[in-house]
Amino acid sequence: MPLIDLANPTRFLALAARLMPWLIGATVLAFAAGLYLAAGAPDDYQQGATAKIMFIHVPAAWLAMGCWALMSVTALGTLVWRHPLADVAAKAAAPVGAAFTFLCLVTGSLWGRPMWGTYWVWDARLTSVFVLFLMYLGVIALWRTVEDPARAGRAAAILTLVGAINLPIIKFSVDWWNTLHQPASVLRLGGTAIHPTLLYPLLVMALAYALFFLTLHLAAMRNEILRRRVRSLMLMQAQSAPGSGA
Amino acid sequence: MVGDLGPHAAFIVAAYASVALVLAVLIAWVALDYRAQRQKLAALESRGITRRSGRT
Repeated sequence: MPLIDLANPTRFLALAARLMPWLIGATVLAFAAGLYLAAGAPDDYQQGATAKIMFIHVPAAWLAMGCWALMSVTALGTLVWRHPLADVAAKAAAPVGAAFTFLCLVTGSLWGRPMWGTYWVWDARLTSVFVLFLMYLGVIALWRTVEDPARAGRAAAILTLVGAINLPIIKFSVDWWNTLHQPASVLRLGGTAIHPTLLYPLLVMALAYALFFLTLHLAAMRNEILRRRVRSLMLMQAQSAPGSGA
Repeated sequence: MVGDLGPHAAFIVAAYASVALVLAVLIAWVALDYRAQRQKLAALESRGITRRSGRT
């Protein structure tokens, strides 16, 4: 199937229906493998068993940022290429991205309390991720406020592109400012600083999170396409009703 | 292994439980939304309101 065919919502729905069982199966397998490896991973020499929180915290942080990056690409799709599924993809991704950002904040707090002695500090990394969470809520609110999906999509796309400025701020906040949060230890110029016994479970869990996101995003896009069909049918019904002037 | 999570076991268990809860809520949200949209579509189509491409 040529890529351009996916611009047709009906063909997209057919492809999603075919992919969904495979994605669900792959997600379950990846989570089972990731959790098994995480359970067997050794304790960190400084942090002890609390390092196990890393396996669920770090992938949530990656997905939180990755989801906004995806929404930024779809925002270009809405504003520049006017792709019919671009704003569907953006709207479907926002709640999932918000959930991963929420998880990043919650698991980070639960990791911070025993390691730093506090659940929260207003340092650059934590604050910039909290701002990302608020931006997700803002985009979701915007989608709910504007009734016409096309207008809402354009407004949300502009807000998304403006919010993308926060992504490098989050990434480099630990280098630019003194923060309580540790610097990057996986995705960094000098190569990873994590021992393979901790790195491999982390990467498998990251794969599981990514597959979960992909599955849920596809399902949420399918729901959004159906919602728009319901909306257009209801408009047709209202226009054909007696006394509507149609 | 999991059996010995040390003095901070409560924080580790709470973190994993929060992830399980949020992922379950996401799955439930998508599944319930799908069912709701399908029901609305079926109700409209049963009243004869269909898309032009869906008419025979």
